[in-house]
Amino acid sequence: MAQRYYTETHEWIDLEGDIATIGITDFAQAQLGDVVFLELPPTGKALAKGDAFGVVESVKAASDLYAPVAGTVVEVNEALTDSPESVNQDPYGAGWLMRVRVEGDVGSGLLDEAGYKAVSEQAR
Amino acid sequence: MAPRRTALFEQHGAAGGRLVDFAGWEMPQQYSSVKAEQRAVREGAGLFDVSHMGRFEVAGEGAASFLQTVVTNDVSRLEPNRSQYNLLCQEDGGILDDLVVYRTQRRWLVVVNASNREQDANWLKERAPAAVHLVDRSEELALLALQGPLAQEKLPAEGVDLDAIPYFGSAEGMVAGIRMLISRTGYTGEDGFELFAPAESVAEVWNALLERGAQPCGLACRDVCRLEAGLRLYGNDMDRTVNPYEAGLGWTVKLEKGEFIGRSALAAVKTRGPKRRTVGLRAGPRTIPRHGAQLTRAQEPIGEVTSGTHSFWLDAGIGLGLVRPDCAQPGSRLNFQSRGAEASAEVTPLPFYRGSAGKPPRNRAAETVTSDSTSK
Repeated sequence: MAQRYYTETHEWIDLEGDIATIGITDFAQAQLGDVVFLELPPTGKALAKGDAFGVVESVKAASDLYAPVAGTVVEVNEALTDSPESVNQDPYGAGWLMRVRVEGDVGSGLLDEAGYKAVSEQAR
Repeated sequence: MAPRRTALFEQHGAAGGRLVDFAGWEMPQQYSSVKAEQRAVREGAGLFDVSHMGRFEVAGEGAASFLQTVVTNDVSRLEPNRSQYNLLCQEDGGILDDLVVYRTQRRWLVVVNASNREQDANWLKERAPAAVHLVDRSEELALLALQGPLAQEKLPAEGVDLDAIPYFGSAEGMVAGIRMLISRTGYTGEDGFELFAPAESVAEVWNALLERGAQPCGLACRDVCRLEAGLRLYGNDMDRTVNPYEAGLGWTVKLEKGEFIGRSALAAVKTRGPKRRTVGLRAGPRTIPRHGAQLTRAQEPIGEVTSGTHSFWLDAGIGLGLVRPDCAQPGSRLNFQSRGAEASAEVTPLPFYRGSAGKPPRNRAAETVTSDSTSK
């Protein structure tokens, strides 16, 4: 079973071994409104923690996405090119964004579910 | 200050509406998704609560002649049961608000933007002669908009012949057993009705329309629909620094009707020509011209985007811009920044999409009404 973490910038991370699957939270997708398209990094790209790794553009605005962990992109969700609405409809499932092979310590600065709930409720 | 709520606040929650603050009102941004809601408006019937807008009755002896001196269009041409798109301008010709003036059998009503309610009320009260009273009906009258090619089919009206109500016409009738003013107007480019329902019973009307299959639609859907239809939004596409000729709304200015506020300034603009023009902008499927973005041609700044969004219906980024007149020619290409890179848009005739609004009943079906300038 993967361990799930969250960030204050509304990404989620499912960690299984050294592979992190990354997406945006239900709160984030609700704030964005209908996602129209995404710009995601190429596989093989090295990301430092906190790097802007892509953009999600919704009917409302274009928003940067920030890498919640350091690592190398091993897979991006190509299906989102044709169906970006998956990010709205199933943010923790079919709406995942990318998978990263993690380098270094993962846990620092990340939130657990209770911690994230407090953050998102404050933002509401 | 706590945001204000319309009489349908409970219904919005029950329908899954996500509420946001809009001009001091807690209003539904969306219920399901913008895409699904918009599809309902373009192919079926969408239902909007627009009770945040201001509704004023202009009452008393001389109400019509007073209105004639403050708005740009010719109110004297309005027969009973007709309404008219209008602008309120200041002395220098800058636009204070856009509004619809309704003449009913016995009354004059004006519907103004939520963000300008207080400003407009004060502006009108300060200028009204003693015998004319501005009565704020916003609390007692809710306002619903049922929009789409199937709007008439979904409207459970009695005691009124809906077919006899022309575009920008109105009549008194019963909807869901409640008496109200029914107007064939809207802000989506589709056929449909605006319903001035008593606030205390508007929930029954709302529920009856949902039961008949109308889709509740939020502000985000409304914005996409109005932009596709080329309709301006006050605060984005026009404000006090924009005059009607720049906004492409010169057709609402009737200089020959006699004196009205802003007339001499507007006559001068008309003579020398506006310094900027409003244009339609059509970008590719993966870029969106956004409000406030600078527009350039050959690296030279020539204007800015005033509204922009993604049109699901056209699968393109669309927007409105205020540009130098020599850049307003349809077919010209203008550039803007999108996500850190240069993107381009073509100046496109408005509207981007011609819906069922103003069409005779047999031509209201969505699939028959794409305009020349659009492709699906």
